[in-house]
Amino acid sequence: MEKKLTTPINDSTRETLIAGQEVLISGYIYTARDAAHKLLVDAINKKEKTPFDIKDQIVYYVGPTPARPNQVIGACGPTSSYRMDKFSPTLMENGLKIMIGKGPRSDAFTKSLVENEAVYLIAIGGLGAKLSKTVIENTKIAYNHLESEAIHRLKVINFPAIVAIDSKGNSIFK
Amino acid sequence: MYTVERNEIINTIKDMFIDSAYNLNNKLVNKFERAEKLETNKLGKSILRKIIENQVIAKTENIPLCQDTGVAVIFLEIGRQLIFSYDLEKAINTGVRKAYMDGYLRKSIVQHPLNRINTLDNTPAIIHYNYIPGKNLNIHIAPKGGGSENMSRLKMLSPSEGEEGIINFVLETIKLAGGKACPPLIVGVGIGGNFEKVALLAKQAIFRKINDSSKSLIDRNLEEKLLKKINQLDIGPMGLGGLTTALAVKVNSYPCHIASLPVAVNLQCHSARKKEVTLVGKKINNSN
Repeated sequence: MEKKLTTPINDSTRETLIAGQEVLISGYIYTARDAAHKLLVDAINKKEKTPFDIKDQIVYYVGPTPARPNQVIGACGPTSSYRMDKFSPTLMENGLKIMIGKGPRSDAFTKSLVENEAVYLIAIGGLGAKLSKTVIENTKIAYNHLESEAIHRLKVINFPAIVAIDSKGNSIFK
Repeated sequence: MYTVERNEIINTIKDMFIDSAYNLNNKLVNKFERAEKLETNKLGKSILRKIIENQVIAKTENIPLCQDTGVAVIFLEIGRQLIFSYDLEKAINTGVRKAYMDGYLRKSIVQHPLNRINTLDNTPAIIHYNYIPGKNLNIHIAPKGGGSENMSRLKMLSPSEGEEGIINFVLETIKLAGGKACPPLIVGVGIGGNFEKVALLAKQAIFRKINDSSKSLIDRNLEEKLLKKINQLDIGPMGLGGLTTALAVKVNSYPCHIASLPVAVNLQCHSARKKEVTLVGKKINNSN
């Protein structure tokens, strides 16, 4: 049975999440993949404001296909998370608490995740069409010039994910 | 002499890329259905069911199967009796551009590997040209995703490492890829040729029909052995465990140097989108 989560997800709820548990997320999440991560970290390093306050937020590693005129969003499955490993510790040190992607992470990532009591979730890769059905609002909020890699704020209902690495560092990856 | 009109090529390429992004091949869907019945891992089984569901949603609701609509890879087999009075490469890229613009597909190509500036229309395509007898133009296309491509590998083995060396390298590649290449996979293995040829062999291997076997006895045996061993790795759908790590292994080989045993492994994710179309050349009036 999946555990239902509504954003913003508070510390006590996040700490109850256990690796392997299936969850359904409802509320707001932010998209960011390779290029957006680089810009977010550059902004933090330069002590500039990030385009959205990452504190206690959820970031989803995705670059959707363009929506048709009658659609909220196009296909929107997760991209591989390991490419974000270099950037994630800086974001977690600045308050990011939940990341959604696919595949395993580096040891350095997991170490930072435990220190910052964050959680890493995975969505199933290659289910872009199916996952798009959970998105009910889609607003482009930053880095328009990155095109498919721009940051969007999505409102989702029952977005399915699996807890891959919990805040204690337990992992579903062998 | 014969030709294929420029507009026919543009429209065919456009339709092929759009069609492939939304409609998964039925024979591949049958493979998923069989795998789902045989899968014993609970999570693996549920992922296979979701993959089958996803392709139904894609088809019926006009949403691409996957957000990564890939780099446009094209193999052309050009009948030797065909002539083209226009720039064939430009026509193909026009078709690709139209597909990605009009088909609501993601533009995933950057101008330079280091400047990372998006070309905004998913061109240029990667095009391979071959010549065949006759007057037909065979077009094979695949929008190839980045995740599985990133996990592909190449190694120049010593001849003494033989079949065992090849098997070990393939298994090592699949293990390193884990869930990152979005299994269940189609595994393309190239053996022989030289450095660049072996990569091309592996790519051609994943373009083969999902249910075919190599005509070469050596390669066919290797395909069977590899498929069995790969599916014993317990990597499973999306790397979360199970029997279904690969749906098929395709081995393509070529003669090679006495000093060499090149091997390349090109991985294809479960969203294995590809199409082939044959255009028949039309006779042109030759004034000569």
